[in-house]
Amino acid sequence: MSQATESDVREDGVIDSVSGPVVTATGLDARMNDVVYVGSEGLMGEVIEIEGDITTIQVYEETSDVSPGEPVEGTGSPLSVDLGPGMLDAIYDGVQRPLDVLEEKMGSPYLDRGVDAPGIDLEKTWEFEPEVEAGDEVSSGDIVGTVPETPSIDHKVMVPPDSEGGEVVAAESGNFTVEEPVVELDTGEEIKMRQEWPVRQQRPSEEKQTPTTPLISGQRVLDGLFPIAKGGTAAIPGPFGSGKTVTQHQLAKWADADIVVYVGCGERGNEMTEVIEDFPELEDPTTGNALMDRTCLIANTSNMPVAARESCVYTGITIAEYFRDMGYDVALMADSTSRWAEAMREISSRLEEMPGEEGYPAYLAARLSEFYERAGYFQNINGSEGSVSVIGAVSPPGGDFSEPVTQNTLRIVKTFWALDADLAERRHFPSINWNESYSLYRDQLDPWFVENVRDDWPEKRQWGIDTLDEEAELQEIVQLVGKDALPEDQQLTLEVARYLREAWLQQNAFHPTDTYCEPEKTYRVLDAIKTYNDEAFDALDAGVPVEELTDLETVPRLNRIGVQEEYNEYIDELEADIESEIQELY
Amino acid sequence: MKKEYETITEISGPLVFAEIDEPVGYDEIVEIDTGDGDVRRGQVLESTSDYVAIQVFEGTTGIDRNSSVRFLGETMKMKLTEDLLGRVLSGSGDPIDGGPEIEPDERRDIVGKAINPYSREYPEEFIQTGVSGIDGMNTLVRGQKLPIFSASGLPHNDLALQIARQASVPEEEEGDDDEGSEFAVIFGAMGITQEEANEFMDDFERTGALERSVVFMNLADDPAVERTLTPRLALTTAEYLAFDKGYHVLVILTDMTNYCEALREIGAAREEVPGRRGYPGYMYTDLAQLYERAGRIEGREGSVTQIPILTMPGDDDTHPIPDLTGYITEGQIYIDRDLNSQGIEPPINVLPSLSRLMDDGIGEGLTRADHADVKDQIFAAYAEGEDLRDLVNIVGREALSDLDNKYLDFADRFETEFVDQGIDTDRSIDETLELGWDLLSMLPKDALNRIDEDLIEEHYREDETQEVTAD
Repeated sequence: MSQATESDVREDGVIDSVSGPVVTATGLDARMNDVVYVGSEGLMGEVIEIEGDITTIQVYEETSDVSPGEPVEGTGSPLSVDLGPGMLDAIYDGVQRPLDVLEEKMGSPYLDRGVDAPGIDLEKTWEFEPEVEAGDEVSSGDIVGTVPETPSIDHKVMVPPDSEGGEVVAAESGNFTVEEPVVELDTGEEIKMRQEWPVRQQRPSEEKQTPTTPLISGQRVLDGLFPIAKGGTAAIPGPFGSGKTVTQHQLAKWADADIVVYVGCGERGNEMTEVIEDFPELEDPTTGNALMDRTCLIANTSNMPVAARESCVYTGITIAEYFRDMGYDVALMADSTSRWAEAMREISSRLEEMPGEEGYPAYLAARLSEFYERAGYFQNINGSEGSVSVIGAVSPPGGDFSEPVTQNTLRIVKTFWALDADLAERRHFPSINWNESYSLYRDQLDPWFVENVRDDWPEKRQWGIDTLDEEAELQEIVQLVGKDALPEDQQLTLEVARYLREAWLQQNAFHPTDTYCEPEKTYRVLDAIKTYNDEAFDALDAGVPVEELTDLETVPRLNRIGVQEEYNEYIDELEADIESEIQELY
Repeated sequence: MKKEYETITEISGPLVFAEIDEPVGYDEIVEIDTGDGDVRRGQVLESTSDYVAIQVFEGTTGIDRNSSVRFLGETMKMKLTEDLLGRVLSGSGDPIDGGPEIEPDERRDIVGKAINPYSREYPEEFIQTGVSGIDGMNTLVRGQKLPIFSASGLPHNDLALQIARQASVPEEEEGDDDEGSEFAVIFGAMGITQEEANEFMDDFERTGALERSVVFMNLADDPAVERTLTPRLALTTAEYLAFDKGYHVLVILTDMTNYCEALREIGAAREEVPGRRGYPGYMYTDLAQLYERAGRIEGREGSVTQIPILTMPGDDDTHPIPDLTGYITEGQIYIDRDLNSQGIEPPINVLPSLSRLMDDGIGEGLTRADHADVKDQIFAAYAEGEDLRDLVNIVGREALSDLDNKYLDFADRFETEFVDQGIDTDRSIDETLELGWDLLSMLPKDALNRIDEDLIEEHYREDETQEVTAD
């Protein structure tokens, strides 16, 4: 969390009442959304309502034992994050306090109160290499130099967006802390590596463009059927146990973004620990460096204070926007936005606001759309292009998609990955329901797939969709009369669709090879199934009985393509074997 | 200094409102003296500069406006010592077994602080419960929170007891290399009947488990508000034994439904805006603060594993209590009414059950190399068999293919042989997996598409297939 530096200190107040995370104070001269320090322990809070002399504050820490009469101190600035080198490979709580630093400061594995720490290390020095020299004109947002932050990422030092810019007077390379000036302007302004930005305010950009590049996830069902664009938005709703978190983790691990911001909003502690322990050991598939080198984690587990849960998604998206300004493609995963909405509901009900649908505040839809609108493919104010893709998990109560958070999210996002408890129950993972899910980016991304993978990608995909659709219809009949009562060609379609489900859509996240599937492989698996389909239907037309065509020896090998590292050879051989086995039948 | 007031202005349900002239801390503990020597304890729920709202744990009956209110200046604490093992305490932490008063080594706040996710250690040590439906299909690991989703009239208590009795970690059986990390059970009862309580106590006494247990009893006729304390006392004790004294603690909390009812009661009395079905909007946060106290901490010996039991009203798992629980806990074990009426013991329905920490707790060196594949295949085959049962009802078995018939037989045998083991059978993981292979070998080899080919070669029972096809 950002330290208020040049705050115009305003008048302090005293606590009037305490009820859970909501505290009211009198005599406090603060603006809406200002950060305040509450009580003698200095607990961090934010002003959320001002009514006459009474100021209502949501406190980001546990309020046990805080009593009326204790002081409240205003900082005069809104909740902000520290932006600068040191954010990657870091793990923060919901208000950007680094959890490793907190552990050290508190000397305990438990989170204590009233301890604050800056979001980035103020002591550490970084190697700064200027990209401007004396005499250059710079304006707001311009890149003035770079810092090799991690082996994967060059951190770009920029003129803060709220600065006017000017002519560079001095810019030197060397080792500096984030608070030392690295570039001086003729206006007297000193550019430092560290800047601050209020989390609830979108960082400025030149314009938002239509995204045309897919965010490759390495997941066959996503890349193949429901792709998301770089700069796109997606929602993953699903009941508990349907694999939301595993899907989010898979995306965080394998998505071909430059930077990944992972927001664990009200997640399980053990799951966050898994991320903290797993990610440093994993390799980034594009650069070969450690995955953590491009990752920023925000962990506000379900038992951490509710107000910090409300703010953690804003902390995450502000960090994402900052990297976007450098021209990077950023993917933000929020797991789960329902917990964020519930935090809003909880605070709203403590404020005794008039509830909207299912007790959620009436501004739920507005907050959700504000958040998702911060995603997009942007032309930045410094002329570079960058994107923020947002993938939000939704946890609908009882798996019922008609509830307000899911519905309001669906109105905004363009990709919908519906998780299905039924599929999860039969351990079909990722349990994304192919009939319910959709992606509105499909058409605008097709040119990319045609150019970069295969030119018949859209046609092959359509064949896959048609076959699965037909299967869904046939299954209804099968439920009534049994499979054997169907005509032969329909029985064969069912068999082909089964392979589409088992060999193509299913993917084992825990298998070292199958966990990531490049687009080429996604295409080839589909194509191999189509080979079987075409050969088998030809044979059927020639009079070969369907029983023989569904009982071939070579075809079950389709299910093993996923785990093959050298898949090209495997598929070549398999396709040849299938062809010859079928052709021997007639 | 204890401040004392005789300024009660309102008494409403479990709440008492009193005027004050000095500030009182939020969550502070209060003693209310009814005047006839009866002292009730309560906690500050809302504190303002001129009045406080107090929730009274032992009920407000008998309190009048002349009763005196004393603020103790501290929040609720649990008296902690290793000597708590073997003791039976009330729902608010006082001994009820006739034994001596507790001589605490330490007193600790019962509202646990959140564990820093950075300081946690990821749980991956397999706990063998001896129950195939859990060990084989939904493995429990140390530091996990795995609730039992049950409903009225189902034998969830038997299953909980069976787990408490049989739970062990395989390495402990072989050698005594991790001495000092003993096993302890904390039992937190909330609003259960005297009869259920007796069932637990008898079993603890019969098996000698009581010596390594701490029991907290809030019975059905005890005050409802006290139930909001019981799990916090139990978990504070668990954390102390685990992270200070190095025990591996298994916490059984039953019945979480009663706990949530108590939350709702307090919420209603405070006239809060209700969330779904009248439960307070902060129930998710509240439950998370309990469940998240399970886990392991880096550099500490012990662990806290939780098995909360909840009875789903109307067998409905979309009800807010199981729903919110499922979103916090790391999986769930379903007790099934149909299986129960078929006499299957324990009646675990493995299909909707899930253990999220399973994948990292099984495999070579932990359980067995074939565990993950066998589990996946059994799930797939059993789900297939279950589906076919509906169809059989319509078209009859004859209309189905050979393979479909095998799936049906598989599903039947899975239930009667694999799941149904009786409440006194303790199966090792090896026995469970071998049994799994016995069943899977009913299916033809090429139907086992989830299992690695080498493993099929190693374990597949060639003769079984012939036996079945010969029928």
